Amino acid sequence: MAEEVRLPEISENVDSGEVIQVLVSEGDHIEADQGIVELETDKAAFEVPSPSAGTVAEVSVKKGDVVNVGQVLIRLETEGARKKEEPSEGPAGAAESGAEQETAEKRAGEQKEEPAEAEQPPEKAAGEEEAKKGAGEQKEEPADEKPAEEEQPPEERAEGEPPPASPSVRRLARELGVDIRRVQGSGPADRILEEDLKAFTRRAMERRGGAGPGGEAGGAAGPGAAALELPDFSRWGEIRREPMSRVRRITARSTGAAWRAVPHVTQFDQADATGVERFRRRYGDAVAAAGGKLTVTSVLLKVAASALRAFPQVNASLDLQAEEIIYKEYVHIGVAVDTDRGLLVPVVRDVDRKGVTELAVELGELAERARGKKIKPDELEGATFTLSNLGGIGGTAFTPIVYHPQAAILGVARARPEVVLEDGAPRERTILPLSLSYDHRLIDGADGARFLRWIVEALEDPLRMMLEGEA
Amino acid sequence: MAEDRKQLVVVGGGPGGYGAAFMAADLGLQVTLVDPEENPGGVCLYRGCIPTKALLHAAAVLGEVRRGAQWGLKTGKVHVELKELRRWKDEVVAGLTGGMGQLARRRKIEHVRGRARFLDPHTVEVEGNGSKARKLPFEQAVLATGARPGGLPSVSYDSPRVMDSAAALRLEELPERLLVVGGGYIGLELATVYATLGSKVTIVEMLPRILAGTDEDLVKVYLKEAGELFDSIRLSTTAELDVREDGVQAALKPEAGEPEEARFDRVLLAVGRKPVTGDLGLESTAVELDERGFVKVDEQRRTAEASIFAVGDVTGNPLFAHKATHEGRVAAEAAAGRKTAYEPRGVPAVEYIDPEIAWCGLNELQAAEQGLTVEVARFPWAASGRCLTLGRRNGLTKLLLEPGSGRVLGVGIVGPSAGELISEGMLAVEMGAVASDLALTIHPHPTLSETLMEAAEVFEGTATSIYRPRPEGGQRERGSKEEP
Repeated sequence: MAEEVRLPEISENVDSGEVIQVLVSEGDHIEADQGIVELETDKAAFEVPSPSAGTVAEVSVKKGDVVNVGQVLIRLETEGARKKEEPSEGPAGAAESGAEQETAEKRAGEQKEEPAEAEQPPEKAAGEEEAKKGAGEQKEEPADEKPAEEEQPPEERAEGEPPPASPSVRRLARELGVDIRRVQGSGPADRILEEDLKAFTRRAMERRGGAGPGGEAGGAAGPGAAALELPDFSRWGEIRREPMSRVRRITARSTGAAWRAVPHVTQFDQADATGVERFRRRYGDAVAAAGGKLTVTSVLLKVAASALRAFPQVNASLDLQAEEIIYKEYVHIGVAVDTDRGLLVPVVRDVDRKGVTELAVELGELAERARGKKIKPDELEGATFTLSNLGGIGGTAFTPIVYHPQAAILGVARARPEVVLEDGAPRERTILPLSLSYDHRLIDGADGARFLRWIVEALEDPLRMMLEGEA
Repeated sequence: MAEDRKQLVVVGGGPGGYGAAFMAADLGLQVTLVDPEENPGGVCLYRGCIPTKALLHAAAVLGEVRRGAQWGLKTGKVHVELKELRRWKDEVVAGLTGGMGQLARRRKIEHVRGRARFLDPHTVEVEGNGSKARKLPFEQAVLATGARPGGLPSVSYDSPRVMDSAAALRLEELPERLLVVGGGYIGLELATVYATLGSKVTIVEMLPRILAGTDEDLVKVYLKEAGELFDSIRLSTTAELDVREDGVQAALKPEAGEPEEARFDRVLLAVGRKPVTGDLGLESTAVELDERGFVKVDEQRRTAEASIFAVGDVTGNPLFAHKATHEGRVAAEAAAGRKTAYEPRGVPAVEYIDPEIAWCGLNELQAAEQGLTVEVARFPWAASGRCLTLGRRNGLTKLLLEPGSGRVLGVGIVGPSAGELISEGMLAVEMGAVASDLALTIHPHPTLSETLMEAAEVFEGTATSIYRPRPEGGQRERGSKEEP
């Protein structure tokens, strides 16, 4: 049976790391606890050990990859499985399988010594339940004890007694967010070694592990950029390699995670923006006097905020873990800004409570600071919805990717003059193409269409906004 | 005029303060150090550890010269030129503090000379050294103001005849008769300097023993080796002092028995140190003090005021420079947002007397106090070749071990260079080493460090330099139960 070895929960605030080195290759025979990859996080560098012995069937990551917690590192043909599948081999094989059996028994013995390992919190993803059913013997473990999220501390150690571990191991535990008092040491007289810490985090992962894709989507990052095999491009000509910038890495991770986690639907529509253009011409100077530029985006900010008030499920997030929908009583809208460093999305706060002039001024400042590298991290956080206007560059339509954990994003393409029949007579109107991508788990198609229609109609006939009160 | 907010302001330039400042600068923080002296160093470098150790070294050389007479090294009477000795000591201090100043400048640490007062949790006002008061707004601060010598309520330091440790280190003269009040390590270290240089020294200690907190077996070896260095050591005795123009009249009152009148040229008060927390404006912050006046801190050395850390003597026992520096580094890491904690397995203690006493981790007094059962493996230095080649007979290395596992919980040493030897013990304690780790580590021969290895072998029943008859039934059982 092939076993997927995933990246364990590393520590509280760390959900990914960069692969510095892959320590195994396909076809390698590896032992339990042998290092698979060397990983570096913001906090520390360490080896991720293999939970079982076996033969590496597939290596799913490579050097330089950023892997997220829960992501598959390698696929392993485990010994036990092979033994079952190939019961009758020649004498040499039999001897070998005898040795394997010993290893397997030893492992089983080890597991029995750690009862907490087999215990499961009652509410877990279905996949894990099944896994539990599959493991027959584990059912014998006492079920009446309280569900242990954490491992039981080694029993002999009295409370308050400092666990024997070197200062560097104690530091690593702190950095990984592991309570070292819960770690059983394997060194002389139970001294806790670095390997014990690694094994502990691995077991912690196994206890949580196995959660299906739904569970993963509940996390902030979702599964990371699974590294697909790359060909050797230099076979076809010269190439150049450059490290990804930080912004690029973050963008790659977040868009990749959102793309995989969020079932996207994109709804297209177009608004007659002739009135908006007239409005911009008429009041452009007044807004300029206040220090802002009356752009389509600043008008759209205001309209979108009103729409979000009218459709609270679009101003919401999904908590799959708790099976709840989180409605936000505030409207903060992120605006995609193209900068030298790449895509940045500064957030305009409380858009629903601000006028267009104020929004125009604020947006101008935010965009300028984003381009001038003066934006602070907290100014890029907390958006409930995002606006991406590519109209300045061109295009007729595009399908933006929802910023997880937001529910929807509005894309704006280039406005263009079109001839429209009005009461049978051709008239020139300014047409603004809009596209709304949304999370179909949270928003039904009809609601998505209604939301975008609401925006279109508000742009065409702003007074309409006043017909229906805010939700 | 309000200045830009400093990322980190460190108040006090001693080992805690410069430990924090240097670490923070190395971690990329912009650091301002406030201290009245020209260079970082604090009490330790200017008026404590460093000048004491310089003088103690001079005393030790003198002691060796005198001892050498027994091995055929005849020198005649050695004359002590006090002025030159003072100058050399001051040069050592100047060299070291100057070096600290350079290290600070290289790290681009802004040094503001003066004394700081907190105006609120994010501002200090610095005053002093003639310049006008300056307000320094800060994001975070480290309080490292240290401790100063305590005194006796009835005795004023106004007369030059009454000295605290700092005054004694100035070595203005060699009093013919010196009274040292306080038999702790500071009193004994300075008593050792003065006695070796030629003063007749009397030590009075209120408690029934000297070096309170130090295991008695170590003290016993020390007293045996120190021999006649001091005129007398009076235990369970208090002193009533009458400081006059021409001397100090003292009534030495034993707990039981008649008081004795004695006259001294000078008196050194070494009766403990008190945290420096007054006049710092701490009342303008949420910083809290404990019942003994030390600043309360958490394991990251953060005070009750979230923006202010405190490290070193001002946070309480043990009052050691090395503890302060470690704390300073922890606080700096915490200030820089790292996950860190002050959680050593012990702080090594060294008493720089002759011979030195040092211990780390658990000692027997603490084990008894905490009701812990420990196994003690002792290796007397009479069995050490190196000890004999130094012309010494007395010394002791002992390990406090967890019964069964043989884990090293503490180490105690008395003998020359005990302070240098103790670090191996501290490393063993921090690493969670067991006796066999020490026993199986080859130590160079002949050295005093072998005594650590041999003490571990004593635990295993197989010390090379000590014979112990085998128990009935053959092989001795080793400490570790895992061993076959």
